[in-house]
Amino acid sequence: MKGEPAVLTGQHFLLGDHACAEGALAAGCRFFGGYPITPSTEVAEWLARRLPEVGGIFVQMEDELASMAAIVGASVAGARAMTATSGPGFSLMMENLGLAAMMEVPCVVVNVQRGGPSTGLPTLVGQADVMQARWGSHGDYEIVAYSPASPQECFDLTVKAFNTADHFRIPVLVMADEVVAHMMERVTIPPAEAIPRVERKRPRQGPGGNGFLPFKADDDLIPPMVHAGEGYRIHFTGLTHDERGYPAITAPAHDRLVRRLVDKVRQKAWEIVEYEEYRLEDVSVVIIAYGSTARSARRAVGLAREQGIAAGLLRPITLWPFPGERVKKLAERVRAFVVPELNLGQISREVERFTSLPVLGVNHAGGAMMPPEPILEAIREVAG
Amino acid sequence: MTMSTLIAERHPSDPLFRADRLPHIWCPGCGIGPAMHAYAQAMVESGIPLARHVCVSGIGCTGRVPGYLNMDSYHTTHGRAIPFAMAIALVKPELEVTVYSGDGDLFAIGGNHFIHAARRNVDINVICINNFNYGMTGGQVGPTTPMGARATTAPFGNYEQPFNLPHLAAATGAVFVARWTSLHLRQLKQAMLRAMKKRGFTFIEVLAPCPVGFGRPNDIGDAMEEMTLYREGCVVDPAAPLDSLDIDLRVKDRPIVLGNFVDVERPVFDPLAMMRPTSEAENNTAVAGKTQEGQ
Ligand SMILES: Cc1ncc(C[n+]2csc(CCOP(=O)(O)OP(=O)(O)O)c2C)c(N)n1
Ligand code: SF4
Ligand SMILES: [Mg+2]
Repeated sequence: MKGEPAVLTGQHFLLGDHACAEGALAAGCRFFGGYPITPSTEVAEWLARRLPEVGGIFVQMEDELASMAAIVGASVAGARAMTATSGPGFSLMMENLGLAAMMEVPCVVVNVQRGGPSTGLPTLVGQADVMQARWGSHGDYEIVAYSPASPQECFDLTVKAFNTADHFRIPVLVMADEVVAHMMERVTIPPAEAIPRVERKRPRQGPGGNGFLPFKADDDLIPPMVHAGEGYRIHFTGLTHDERGYPAITAPAHDRLVRRLVDKVRQKAWEIVEYEEYRLEDVSVVIIAYGSTARSARRAVGLAREQGIAAGLLRPITLWPFPGERVKKLAERVRAFVVPELNLGQISREVERFTSLPVLGVNHAGGAMMPPEPILEAIREVAG
Repeated sequence: MTMSTLIAERHPSDPLFRADRLPHIWCPGCGIGPAMHAYAQAMVESGIPLARHVCVSGIGCTGRVPGYLNMDSYHTTHGRAIPFAMAIALVKPELEVTVYSGDGDLFAIGGNHFIHAARRNVDINVICINNFNYGMTGGQVGPTTPMGARATTAPFGNYEQPFNLPHLAAATGAVFVARWTSLHLRQLKQAMLRAMKKRGFTFIEVLAPCPVGFGRPNDIGDAMEEMTLYREGCVVDPAAPLDSLDIDLRVKDRPIVLGNFVDVERPVFDPLAMMRPTSEAENNTAVAGKTQEGQ
């Protein structure tokens, strides 16, 4: 059976979910373990057909606990691996997301947000998992989370997620939402050789030598990664461990390890952070919006400008790390921030950490796309 | 002679263990150690280079096994060793992947993964140390605790029907199923060897004393007494009907049945089977990288 190539170079009209799936394939993802859940199921369905075509492995797992464990397992064996889910499944993945952080195993999780808590609104949009994305698993760790606002970004940011995951040896999240995932738009897929590819750092010494320390980090705080079956006789554990990978159940060992895990991402946060700016030159009111809500926010900027208010948009592309430094800089020359989001105030709290100016939330618990009008109203309110 | 020189003496199995991790955490008389040694010996005798063996565990006293073995080893989260191991086996089919974990890990919190991996006939071996309790957390009742036995969370005696593990494994699709104890080391090692040479989902239950978590609350004096109890209560009967393998320690003279109960052939899980030329898919050898040797 012959199918299409892994990289579908050309112009396509794609669903956001399908664009995520194509992004994964283009990035070289060759293992997907997932469990069906609206509104992410199209990612799994697409990959169930496409992965075998390119020699990749698709497994519909028995649940999301298994899905997350499987992608970590696939990754320690050397594969680029991904899962896709939505709120309830995302909650089930949290423990093994922490395992990936602790074992430093790169992998990608797509979470297509719907209305929560619990089963909530299975088919309707939400953006209320963004703090769970940051803090959902227990313990201290850093996460990278991308927020696509279009099918094109579903493709591009999924590719990027794999590269960031492999570079830092961390789990990376693609925090889509139902509107973006179920929207069809033009997606341009570049030629295979133009797809950016960052390889995992691999050991510089062969197996068999003495004194090899599989968890000894370089100056960038990232240790090279050994895969299963390479002869190094490595031990990976979710317990606090030393540079040999051996359990080390002491306060100093724990502080050393957790600090390194956090710092390897934090010290490069400025390299990871991405955002888009729209009409911020002469701005007095800045809207901060992400995902599908950023699309409505753009419209609100236009409407405000028609009414003579200098509004603009800062759109975080990475929710985590959050572009807080950019907020700080903007705060020096604007009047206020407006933060519309499909939750009852999550990213607005993050914005408040970086400014003492008024931060006005425009909130809806989810179920429908954020309309531009309430955003415009908030802009008018803070513009005075 | 000082202690340190004693420890430094060589044993034929030394290269298989991480000597720099000793002493281990297990209690005196614990059954996990001997069963781990049987696994190490089986690996050597399997003829499969050690570099191709991978050991994966969940959490518990048994979950510490891979950490003491000088091989590629993964100590994952409670209950999730099987899906983790499955993915390794699928990505690198040339590896011999074994899950080594406890009864609570594999059959309480991880039970769902066990039945689905068996159903799919994933090419991994699962070895379960059944010590009838949650050893690591201090002797709580679990899904294999016999009726009537006391545990810290069953102070008046367990009133839940335990699993008959060989029956469960066979019913859900395992192609090789055995039960031994940590006293039957030769038979146990032979069973492990057969499991390693067999393609598909194999399951070995190892009954093992836990003098601390199970013995003490059940008035079993010490490890010796617990082992004697198993030795005297055991009969080897590979032909015993699977549904007769329940363990009930309340009934005096009721035997604990041991043996290699199941050895059958079934197509092995291969997500790419449909993509292979038909003859290959039917033989189901394409992903294997290893062939069926003997049984
Ligand atoms: C999600 C989660 N829940 C609970 C625990 C606590 N815990 C650690 S080991 C264990 C039970 C282990 O029992 P078993 O699998 O029988 O292994 P044994 O210690 O008896 O070898 C439990 C409940 C945990 N580590 N993770
Ligand atoms: S508690 Fe039981 S299972 Fe755990 S080490 Fe001690 S004897 Fe072994
Ligand atoms: Mg146990």
